[in-house]
Amino acid sequence: MEKNLTHIALFAALIAVLGLVPKIDLATGVPITAQSLGIMLCGTVLGARNGALAVLLFLFLTIAGLPLLAGGRGGFAVLASPTVGYIIGFPIAAFVTGWITSAWKVEVGVAATVGAILGGILLLNAIGVVGMSFMLEKTLPEAALLAAPYLIGDTIKAVLAGLVTQAIARARPAALLSRA
Amino acid sequence: MLTLTSPVKTWAHGLPAAVKLTALCGATIGLFALNSPLPLATAALAAVLLMLSGGAIFAKTALRHLRPLWPFVLIVALWHLWSRDLSGGAVVILRMLTAVTLANFVTMTTRLSDMITVLERLARPLSAFGLSPRTLALAVALVIRFIPVMQDRAEQISQSWRARSARRAGWRVLMPATLAALDDAEHVAEALRARGGSA
Repeated sequence: MEKNLTHIALFAALIAVLGLVPKIDLATGVPITAQSLGIMLCGTVLGARNGALAVLLFLFLTIAGLPLLAGGRGGFAVLASPTVGYIIGFPIAAFVTGWITSAWKVEVGVAATVGAILGGILLLNAIGVVGMSFMLEKTLPEAALLAAPYLIGDTIKAVLAGLVTQAIARARPAALLSRA
Repeated sequence: MLTLTSPVKTWAHGLPAAVKLTALCGATIGLFALNSPLPLATAALAAVLLMLSGGAIFAKTALRHLRPLWPFVLIVALWHLWSRDLSGGAVVILRMLTAVTLANFVTMTTRLSDMITVLERLARPLSAFGLSPRTLALAVALVIRFIPVMQDRAEQISQSWRARSARRAGWRVLMPATLAALDDAEHVAEALRARGGSA
């Protein structure tokens, strides 16, 4: 019980810290940061349920008014901005990433990378694109164009998430709740 | 840690957070119901006046919080210039800027602790699913406490990398930082259990 709670809280803090890593802005203003990597790691390390709860806890504090989202954004404005789909998608992405990592019984690094690609990239971007399409009143393909430039960076992050998860499986096998 | 609450006190700082949140919900739904430029421009003007009612410094900060939106404004503007649908573009841009400005007004005039209290109250029905309000409060406190701790930890790790290598640490910090987070979680869990547990 305590272990789940502290892991959830500490990974929520990890998402925040990864968002503070210096960023590069792309044309559409959604900054490239390690934050989405934090979302992936929540799933691959903590598993579906705890990973999603860690992301929800992070969003709780962000919406309450801490500038924890990449680029120092926070408050209720994140729910009114065109990127709202990504906010809604974050916990779902962590859940699916974690579910795949837990359920697919291959080498954990492989399962984590594939989980991060399916949950943390494809699903997250699908929800994000629907959000942008609604907020900006554009068709889905038009909104998808805005998300496309990030896919390369996202793929690198998914591979990193897999490597880190694999390394944790070796260094702290007991701490890998997704495979507990 | 720095919050988004404005240190410049305005008249709205005294209003209860729940009232401001309810008003924000109503106003945002209203904005999405409006579909022509003129009423939306009126709403935008009202939002500007609302920000100015907090004074010049307050309004300037509010303007700075809109900065992440400029690429969207630019893209939508160019798109609608190209498709010659100016009123459609004006609707999207005005609605986006007004909705974000109003949300920022509520965030900027409400203390973090007040906002957390309101949100915790909203989360109370979740106790049916096993999320007790005490657990949530403890988790929130842990995150706020551990963000600076983990930031320091990441900084230490990258400094020790730099002491040994001419190259930048970059992503190599990630692995030890994640391990440190896991170890910290383990220690805090033990400390909690030693003090009677969290349940």
